[in-house]
Amino acid sequence: MTDFGVAIEQVETGGRGALRMFFRNKAAAAGLVIFSLIVLITIFGPSIYGTSANKMVAKPFLGPGSDLAPLLGTDYLGRDILAGIIGGGRATLVVAAVAAAMTMTIGIVVGSLAGYFGGWIDALLMRFTEIFQVMPGLLFSMVVIFLLEPGTRNETLAIGLTLWPLAARLARAEFLRLREMEYVKAARAIGCGDLRIMFRTILPNAMPPLLVAATLTVVIAILFHSGLAFLGMVDVNTTSWGSMLGKNRGYALTAWWMVFFPGIAIVVTGLSISLVGDGLQDAFNPKLRGR
Amino acid sequence: MTALARDIGSRLGQAIGLLLAVVVVVFILIQIAPGDAALYLAGDQGVGDAEFLAEVRAEYGLDQPLFVQLGTYVGNVAQLNLGESIYFGEPVLGLIVERLFATVLLAGTSLIFAVGVGVAIGVYTARRPESPMSSAATVTSLVGFSTPVFYSAIMVIVLFAAKWSLLPIGGIEDVRYNGNWLGETIDLLQHLILPALSLGIIYLAIYSRLARASMLEVLESDYIRTARAKGARERVVVYKHALRNAVIPVITAAGLQVGNLLSGALLVEVVFAWPGVGRLAVDSIFRRDTPTLLGIMIFSSAMVIVANLLTDLVYRLIDPRIRVGGSR
Repeated sequence: MTDFGVAIEQVETGGRGALRMFFRNKAAAAGLVIFSLIVLITIFGPSIYGTSANKMVAKPFLGPGSDLAPLLGTDYLGRDILAGIIGGGRATLVVAAVAAAMTMTIGIVVGSLAGYFGGWIDALLMRFTEIFQVMPGLLFSMVVIFLLEPGTRNETLAIGLTLWPLAARLARAEFLRLREMEYVKAARAIGCGDLRIMFRTILPNAMPPLLVAATLTVVIAILFHSGLAFLGMVDVNTTSWGSMLGKNRGYALTAWWMVFFPGIAIVVTGLSISLVGDGLQDAFNPKLRGR
Repeated sequence: MTALARDIGSRLGQAIGLLLAVVVVVFILIQIAPGDAALYLAGDQGVGDAEFLAEVRAEYGLDQPLFVQLGTYVGNVAQLNLGESIYFGEPVLGLIVERLFATVLLAGTSLIFAVGVGVAIGVYTARRPESPMSSAATVTSLVGFSTPVFYSAIMVIVLFAAKWSLLPIGGIEDVRYNGNWLGETIDLLQHLILPALSLGIIYLAIYSRLARASMLEVLESDYIRTARAKGARERVVVYKHALRNAVIPVITAAGLQVGNLLSGALLVEVVFAWPGVGRLAVDSIFRRDTPTLLGIMIFSSAMVIVANLLTDLVYRLIDPRIRVGGSR
C-alpha cells in the first residue's frame, strides 16, 4: 500500500499539485472559506434573517449594543444595518461577478488575438487597449452609465468595459510566450487550425496567471460597483454596501456604525478574494512565494 | 542625439494619436446614447414640435453627416475648446483649470507620500524578510488593496473629527485667514492632510508590497553579491546599488496608476468637499451637464497621457540601460 501512495505522489503534478499547494497555504484556505460563507449568506441570509433591508424596525440612530437596537444598530430611518449588509451583498456580488466575467472574456479574446498573430494585428489591438488605459476608470464608467441611462445592466457593462485592458495585456504576454513552445509547433505541424491552437492548445496553459488576474478583477469590480453606488450612480432602490455608505455618510460623525459595518463588509469580501488570488499565485508559481 | 530626438518625437506623436482616439471614443458614446442635444433643449424649454427640433439641429450642426460632426468635434478639442457648460454657461476648459490646482495638489501629495513611504517600508521589510513587521506589511497591503478609498476617507473623518477633532475635515480653506499669506498656506496644508492621507494610505499599501518584492529580487542578484564581495559597506550596497534598480517597478506602477489615482481623488474630493475636478464631474452628472462631464473625461485622459510621458522620462534618468538603448 505504501508503494501505491508513492506512485500517486509521483503522478501528482500540474493542477492537482497546485491544488494541494493552495490548501497547504493557511491564509488562502481561510480566504476561500470566508468567501464561501459570504456567498452562502448572500444567497440564503435574507430569508433566514427575515428582516427586510428597507423596513423600519426600530428607532433611528440606535447604536449597536443599545437595548432596543438590532445587533449592528439602525440607520437614520430606523432600518436594520445588519439586514442591509445581508441583503446588500447580492447586488454587489452579482454585478462584480458578471462584470469580471465580461472583463476576462474581452481581455482574453483581445489579448490572445494580439499575442498569437503578432504583427499589425498586435500593434492595432494594443493601441486600442491603450485608449481604455488612459481614461480614468471610474470617470469612464460614470460617463458610460450617464450616457446610456443608469441601471444595473448598464452599470455592469460600464465596469466590464473599463477593466478589460489588464486581462488583455496579460493574455497577450502569455500567448506571446507560449506560441513558441514545442507542443504548439507540433500542433501546427499536424495541421491544427489557428482557432484550435489558440483555444485548445495555448489557452489551457495560459490559465494559471489568468485565474489569478480574474480574482483581482473581481475585487476591483467590487470596489468599482461600491464606488458607483456610493456616488448614487446606480439604481437607488437597490441596497448595496456602497449605497449604504453613500446614504449614511452624512451621519458618520454622530453614528459611526452606519458606515463602519457596511464598509467592513466590502473590505472582508475583497480581502478574502485577494487571499485566494494570492494563494493561487503561490501555488502556480512557488518561486514567487512571500513576495 | 538625433535618434533620441526622433524617439521623443515618435512618443509625442503616439500621445497625440491616443488623445485623438479618446475623443473618438467619447464621440461614439454620444452617438450611442439615446436622444440628442436638440431633444434635451426641447425638453428644457418645453417646446417639442418637429419644426423646433429641426431648427435646433441645423443650428448646432446635428443634421450634418456623422464624420463632419466628428471632424468639428476633434477640431474644437484641438483648439482647446471643450464646449460650454450647460449649468454655468461658461467654457468647460476654464471651469476645469480653476479646479485643477486642488486636484493636482491632492493627487500629487498622496502619490509622493505613497511612493516615498512605500519604498522606505519596502526596503526595511525586504532586508528583514522573516520579521513580524514584514508579514504585517504583506497583510496590510492586501487589506489596502481591498479597501474602497471612500471608506478610508470616511473612517479617517470619523477618527480625526469625531474622536480627536484636530484637523479640518472639509473644504480647502478657512475664510478667517484671508489676505494673510503665511496663514493661508498653513491653513491649506492643514486642510490637505486628511484627504491626502485617506488617498495615500491605499496606494501606500500597494507600493510598499511592490517595493518589497522588487527589493528582495534585486538583493539576490549577482551584481549585489559582487558589490558585497568587493567589500562595499552594507549601506552603500542597499541604498546606492540595490535601491536604484528596485524603485524602477514602483515608478512604472505609479505611472500606470495615475488614472486610478485620479479616480480615487474623485471619491476623496466628494467625501471631503474638496473643490477639485473630480467633484465637478460628479456634480455635473447630477446637473445633467453633459459637456462639462465629457470635457473632464477628455482632459483627465490627457493628464494621464502626459503623466505616462513623464514616467518615461524619469525612467531614462534613473535607468542608464534604457538611456543607452534609446540613443543607440
